[in-house]
Amino acid sequence: MLRTESLAKTFTLHLRGGMQLAVLAGIDLEVQAGQCVVLSGPSGAGKSTLMRSLYGNYRAEAGRILVRHGDEMIDIARAEPRVVLAVRHATLGYVSQFLRVVPRVSTLDIVAEPLASRGIAVDAARAQAAALLLRLNIPRRLHGIPPATFSGGEQQRVNLARGFIAAHPILLLDEPTASLDAENSAVVVSMIAEAKACGTAIIAICHDAAVRDAIADRLFPLTPIREAA
Amino acid sequence: MTEGYNFAYLDEQTKRMIRRALLKAVAIPGHQVPFGSREMPLPYGWGTGGIQVTASILGAEDVLKVIDQGADDTTNAVSIRRFFARTAGVATTTKTAEATVIQTRHRIPEKALREDQIIVYQVPQPEPLFRLEPSRVETRRMHGLADYGLMHVKLYEDIARFGQISIAYDYPVLVNQRYLMSPSPIPAFDNPKLDRMPALQLFGAGREKRIYAVPPWTSVQSLDFDDHPFRAINAPHPCGLCGATDSFLDEVVTDDQGGRLFVCSDTDHCAERRDGGHVGTEGVA
Amino acid sequence: MTLISGRGLRLRFGSIPALVDVDIDLWPGEVLAIVGESGSGKTTLLNVLSGRQAPDAGTVVYTDPQGQPHDVHTMPAPVLRTLHRSDWGFVHQDPRQSLRMNVSAGGNVGERLMARGARHYDHIRAQAIDWLEQVEIDADRVDDLPRTFSGGMLQRLQIARTLVTHPRLVFMDEPTGGLDVSVQARLLDLIRTLVARLGIAAVLVTHDIAVARLLAHRIAVMQRGRIVETGLTDQVLDDPQHAYTQLLVSSVLQA
Repeated sequence: MLRTESLAKTFTLHLRGGMQLAVLAGIDLEVQAGQCVVLSGPSGAGKSTLMRSLYGNYRAEAGRILVRHGDEMIDIARAEPRVVLAVRHATLGYVSQFLRVVPRVSTLDIVAEPLASRGIAVDAARAQAAALLLRLNIPRRLHGIPPATFSGGEQQRVNLARGFIAAHPILLLDEPTASLDAENSAVVVSMIAEAKACGTAIIAICHDAAVRDAIADRLFPLTPIREAA
Repeated sequence: MTEGYNFAYLDEQTKRMIRRALLKAVAIPGHQVPFGSREMPLPYGWGTGGIQVTASILGAEDVLKVIDQGADDTTNAVSIRRFFARTAGVATTTKTAEATVIQTRHRIPEKALREDQIIVYQVPQPEPLFRLEPSRVETRRMHGLADYGLMHVKLYEDIARFGQISIAYDYPVLVNQRYLMSPSPIPAFDNPKLDRMPALQLFGAGREKRIYAVPPWTSVQSLDFDDHPFRAINAPHPCGLCGATDSFLDEVVTDDQGGRLFVCSDTDHCAERRDGGHVGTEGVA
Repeated sequence: MTLISGRGLRLRFGSIPALVDVDIDLWPGEVLAIVGESGSGKTTLLNVLSGRQAPDAGTVVYTDPQGQPHDVHTMPAPVLRTLHRSDWGFVHQDPRQSLRMNVSAGGNVGERLMARGARHYDHIRAQAIDWLEQVEIDADRVDDLPRTFSGGMLQRLQIARTLVTHPRLVFMDEPTGGLDVSVQARLLDLIRTLVARLGIAAVLVTHDIAVARLLAHRIAVMQRGRIVETGLTDQVLDDPQHAYTQLLVSSVLQA
């Protein structure tokens, strides 16, 4: 479903006199349908950078990121912006650590939006969104409120609901259970298991050993690059 | 004829210049053509544009009728008629049917005009978009591109505010399905007469230095909405003197007790009907 | 096929280069933000793309719904004007520039319909009311003059007036500039929703990176008349490549 070939990422900090910061080099990662690969390694090994590069959020300057989008393989690292957007829309989902949404929009509509944007009737999309939120223990009385005032854990669960609702064939999860208690972590673990059973390819970053063991089919170890210069 | 003036007061060069503007105006129905308006021996607003047009088209054989708000006997009409009688020596009349040239301020005669007649309108403000768009550059562009949505905005505003289009006179028209035109301050009641009129219609604005024209048998449509069609407004009475129910009426206050009388604004039309034996409620047989 | 595309655009104001070899494309349904500091040429580029200002060199080509290309700067003035009042829309920073302040809200919204030939009062009025509601203005304000409206309402009225003809392409010049922060958020949400729902393509000029992040699919960063970087909005903002973009992004205060 997703494969990288010799992927490399170096940041050039022009405001620091053009300092070069190599974070990723020679990454060859492959994930099959129904498989969950967890990126592992110490802080600064480039797990988040790899994740963001896979999503097209960071620009990979060398190597390829091949994603199965419908019947084609798209190279995210080289694709036109609108192609990347189409891939994100239909194929590639991303659940970041932090919720970043428009102010003033209700929680229910934030979660329903990925479905509504695919042309699903608003009522049906909202019904699905409500069910998913309830499963993640977000009570109905919060559905009508924008999530800006929610606790960290609540925001993360809203974010997860938004990420899972569209059933993307490939899902990127950045610390999906970091701010969750054991009960909610268990819900997320079961949701991941269900997604895998439906053939979703998942790439995750996960520091919680118990959760990692529960979801990972395979670990993909990353090590920090030693600065040459 | 008074000695010392050129025929019909204006010099021949000026008349030629005005005729050229008239030809252009006839060629582009409804389009405002600039011309070198001259000083006339009467103030702006008294019909200087109409007089210059009349002077330019008048021939020795013409018979001239002049009306002011439909009347042949008001100061303005009498003065202009006498002016041309003196400076051109032409015959004058008050009878619509006998005239070959009719100069008018703010009315069209009730009797249908013929192909061998010309009607000359006095125009104070030739630009129909004048009150809506202050820039002349912009109104010219709007005419050039036939971009007349703004005029309909004005009609829309009327209906939104008053429930109907409240323009009682100088009601905007579209000439030959192309140019938006001010018909001069004639009552909206007269607008239907503009459409496919057999007579040539000429419009002169002296202060604004513009001439425009509607050739015979040209389509002239009053702007409206499909669900608020144009309606000619008139007082709901018959003429008090001749009993006519199809002519435009003036309201005349007869005393200080609230007494009033509605009479034909077209004095010639009213007189002709009374001569024919028609009598209204206030008339004398 | 691109909706509008500029090639080799150049323009100088005296000795000041306003546009230097600018190439730019906009695809149907895409929102493109042009960001950069004051004087970087953003608004000039918007004016050149929309045919309001002729470039010294270069072409702007618009592809109509039938797939026919038209050179914006050589097309006859009536055609350009027709485009501007039907297929295109322009949202100014100051709504007073495009609104008619002595015409009711309903008349303002209805004008583009009437300019396009709508001649049924009740239909025009119904559409005007529908659009007032879409931009969250009470229907009973339809006959009020814009001068009784607040700044945020004026901007929303301008948006209703622009979108009533369902344009395919809208040019926006700092649409949220000069508004209170709370009013801005509401307006941004409104623009985002309407643009997405109607599938409108937009070129949005803004100096506010947060506005660009919220509304745009793609960003072009301008500096001294050049586009120095362009790409996916989140990529350009989260992983800026050009020195100027890095400066711009790092200069934003975090709320």
